[in-house]
Amino acid sequence: MGKTIFDKIWDKHVVKIIEDGPSVLYIDKHLIHEVTSPQAFSGIEKRGAQLFRPKQIVATADHNVPTINQHLPIADQLSKFQVDTLIDNCKKHGVELYGLGHEHQGIVHVIGPELGITQPGMTIVCGDSHTSTHGAFGSIAFGIGTSEVEMVFASQCVMQSKPKVMRINIEGAIQNGVVSKDIILFIIAQISASGATGYFVEYAGSAIRTLSMEARMTICNMSIEMGARGGIIAPDETTYAYIKGRPFAPKDAEWEIKLAEWKQLFTDADAKFDVEININAADIQPMVTYGTNPGMGLAVTGNVPTLESITDPTEQQNFEKALKYMGLTPGQSLLGMPVQNVFIGSCTNSRIEDFRLVASIIKGKQKDPNVKTLIVPGSQAVAKQIIAEGLDKIFAAAGVEIRQAGCSACLGMNEDKIPAGEYCISTSNRNFEGRQGAGARTMLVSPLTAAAALLTGKISDIRTMLN
Amino acid sequence: MQSLQKITSRFIPLRIENVDTDQIIPARFLKATTKVGFGKNLFRDWRYENDDETKPKADFVFNQKQYSGDILVAAKNFGCGSSREHAAWSIQDYGFKVVVSSFFADIFKNNALNNGVLPVTVTDAFLQQIFTEDAEATLTVDLEKQTITIDNTGASETFDINAYKKTCMLNGYDDIDYLLSMKEEIAAFEKAR
Repeated sequence: MGKTIFDKIWDKHVVKIIEDGPSVLYIDKHLIHEVTSPQAFSGIEKRGAQLFRPKQIVATADHNVPTINQHLPIADQLSKFQVDTLIDNCKKHGVELYGLGHEHQGIVHVIGPELGITQPGMTIVCGDSHTSTHGAFGSIAFGIGTSEVEMVFASQCVMQSKPKVMRINIEGAIQNGVVSKDIILFIIAQISASGATGYFVEYAGSAIRTLSMEARMTICNMSIEMGARGGIIAPDETTYAYIKGRPFAPKDAEWEIKLAEWKQLFTDADAKFDVEININAADIQPMVTYGTNPGMGLAVTGNVPTLESITDPTEQQNFEKALKYMGLTPGQSLLGMPVQNVFIGSCTNSRIEDFRLVASIIKGKQKDPNVKTLIVPGSQAVAKQIIAEGLDKIFAAAGVEIRQAGCSACLGMNEDKIPAGEYCISTSNRNFEGRQGAGARTMLVSPLTAAAALLTGKISDIRTMLN
Repeated sequence: MQSLQKITSRFIPLRIENVDTDQIIPARFLKATTKVGFGKNLFRDWRYENDDETKPKADFVFNQKQYSGDILVAAKNFGCGSSREHAAWSIQDYGFKVVVSSFFADIFKNNALNNGVLPVTVTDAFLQQIFTEDAEATLTVDLEKQTITIDNTGASETFDINAYKKTCMLNGYDDIDYLLSMKEEIAAFEKAR
């Protein structure tokens, strides 16, 4: 029987299978950041152990950094101490750090691909659940806890039970005004926030093949939001073209060798999946979430479910709790609802193509005067590219400030927070209670739908605003 | 890591589905560089009005004095979202030794096991039975036998855990010791690739 791409990569990285236990899985690349690494460094030191393969680790500061005045010392003392601890730890243990002020600094899942560190066939981990992003390159990439970060420090391995495999096929042409964020929000709304727990998901089909690498990253990024261990897309010419020439991409003869290896990374025609789901791309509309988990999403023109449509009593309770938090009523339409904040950023949607999309909508227009914005590029390189392409002028003319790179209001760790009770149309990945600040009400959307809200101050159907 | 063999305790019933790790420990508490002291901020924003410890929310089960114990019982998909191990640290630091649910998110389950907190997955029906018990009721979790029992009724279920993780929990071993002992094997694997 044939193998899935996931099986091919997994099997190549198994050092040992523990009887009636997990596998010891070898990790090619370990990405770390300031928030989930300090306890792992101190753990290793307490054991008197050394980092096993420090050259396979890359560090950056992203979660807990300010997005203005990054040249100044960090004002929040706890944040400063955490970022300084990363600097000290990297120096002490010989780990490459792209910290604040470094030209490679940025959100860990933006810089990995952009620097060519992320490559097909690799195993990649990071103490961050959105590590699934890197699966867009045909790699096995997943988030781990801090104990597991310490495991990789100690041995370049993690202990993992092999997940089951699911394939989601998306076939056909994508509607105008629909982008990859809508595709993944649609999938999660279909299968729920726990629908892929225990699985590694391969995304396939003609609709996926037409997507750019950045669009594919957005899809793989949110795999965790349906509980999946990770997401993966088989590499193709789009993948190779993206990687070629990037700073850490293989070069010359090495490139040819790697390319030949990468071309073997596909799911065999007779491979079996534990679950297979088929989606017609034409059914996908611009999406928006109404609740407090990413599975609570609907088409922007749709209505919030009614109470009667939910039969399970616990689910009904949870639905009511979510709507109360969000200040919404069952059955209502969201279109035209006023919003006070727009956040464009996060490891889901902060790459150059996202900014191009937004710029294409707001060009020559003004932002709604009542809307506050947080527009945050994913990396220093994206910020530079925005200027190189003149997009900064389009944003400035629209009355919108562009911040410096970081995770920002996606998780409300730094000062970029949404005030309690206010709505935020957000290109990020989580609409959990309090995620963007205590009491903040997050509605997840694509960069296009965010751009529409930025101009109108309301939840709007971008399709009515396209030429 | 603390070992765990068998425990009989009252429990706190958290009848909420899809409890994400942002609720378990909000991001603003992730600025710490040590693992200690997270318990007081467990479910912080569900426990207190406006982050004020003098204003506990009466309708949240952690603030209802009749409920206590070393076991947390939660509705399905517990621990979803962010991979932050701070969630497991806060649950352990608060004093929980076992978390029971009908469904756990993968990363949380690993994080709990790596911190000596036993995740026990039960059927939906058994979970509902636990939820119908009153505040005085106790549960017994026996890791050796892999059973969970509602002591009042004697209703019991077995739960899954792989033999390796079970041995680790019973003896308080952790994976890092195991991996450190494998270094030569791992180096040989690297060479053979």
